[in-house]
Amino acid sequence: MCPQADDPTSPVPNGIESSSAAAAVSEPAVAAEEGFKRPRRAKAARITVVGVLGELLITAGVLVLLFLGWQLWWNDMIMANSQSEAASQISQDWIAQDTSTAEPAPSVDPAEPNAAAAPADYGVPVVGSAPANAQAFAVLYVPRFGADYHRTIAEGTGHDVLNSNRLGIGHYKGTEMPGEVGNFAVAAHRSAFGGGMHLINELQLGDAIYVQTADGYYTYRYRDTEYVAPSQVQVLASVPNNPTASAVDRIITLTSCNPLYSTAERIIAYGVLESWQPLSAGAPAELAPIIAAQG
Amino acid sequence: MYAALWRVLPGPIWVRIILVLILVVAVLAVLATWVYPWIDGIINNQEATVGGA
Repeated sequence: MCPQADDPTSPVPNGIESSSAAAAVSEPAVAAEEGFKRPRRAKAARITVVGVLGELLITAGVLVLLFLGWQLWWNDMIMANSQSEAASQISQDWIAQDTSTAEPAPSVDPAEPNAAAAPADYGVPVVGSAPANAQAFAVLYVPRFGADYHRTIAEGTGHDVLNSNRLGIGHYKGTEMPGEVGNFAVAAHRSAFGGGMHLINELQLGDAIYVQTADGYYTYRYRDTEYVAPSQVQVLASVPNNPTASAVDRIITLTSCNPLYSTAERIIAYGVLESWQPLSAGAPAELAPIIAAQG
Repeated sequence: MYAALWRVLPGPIWVRIILVLILVVAVLAVLATWVYPWIDGIINNQEATVGGA
């Protein structure tokens, strides 16, 4: 094409021009081969405001979708794993400390020889004192949430507990402690941040809810679920929904969001204490393999 | 915008594709490591407690 620029008046370029134009109409394949780069580049080089704006808006949409994927799946999975690992660590530490410090306890404990024969009665559950904010004091096991489900319970229900990589389940301040007469109430996210209560709606009557502390194992049995408005704090009362009554039962209350991926309501699951045993007595039968698998 | 980026990238087409993939992975890593956790801390849209604790 260079020679024709030297002599624009020459009839030859005109001839080429018209022949190539004719080729473009009659033979698209040849035209594409000849002039592929040039027209395409000329078009792509034009950066328009509308074009850039459009691309930015599409990018923004993609980034928002990616955020949801990150929050609800990727980060949720990472946090669930790290919370689970931290809970295993705490549980193992307690067991290790307990056997090292309280080794002679079984021989002193009169209930211990009967432990293998029948479910021993270890008397009134030991109740720990209220820990400081964000301090881990218990590990929650709910086989219905998965055989390897275990999460740390820490004091308080602020973001420093619920959104923590290490904790995840928060104990409502002012509610009772594990094993205590009254209401041991905890909260966790339903989705994202490790989703500690993701499967709370799957609980069935009689399902075990185990709480392990530095003192022992508290076995609760799931009883019922209710759905309430986020403002309904009466579910945290020592006798749930009856703040003026004096407590008799030892209750555990799990609270989370409902519906899944929404915060419009709260789902509340109640359980009642079935038994208690000290750490030195070992874990309850269903829990023993789960505890052993942590080591 | 993205067409301009494509033209800026050097090399034959498969080199450009690899470069684009590297850029995409780098952007995703920055988002997941710094940007999204930061946004997460700001919006706090996942309250799970009763009584707005």
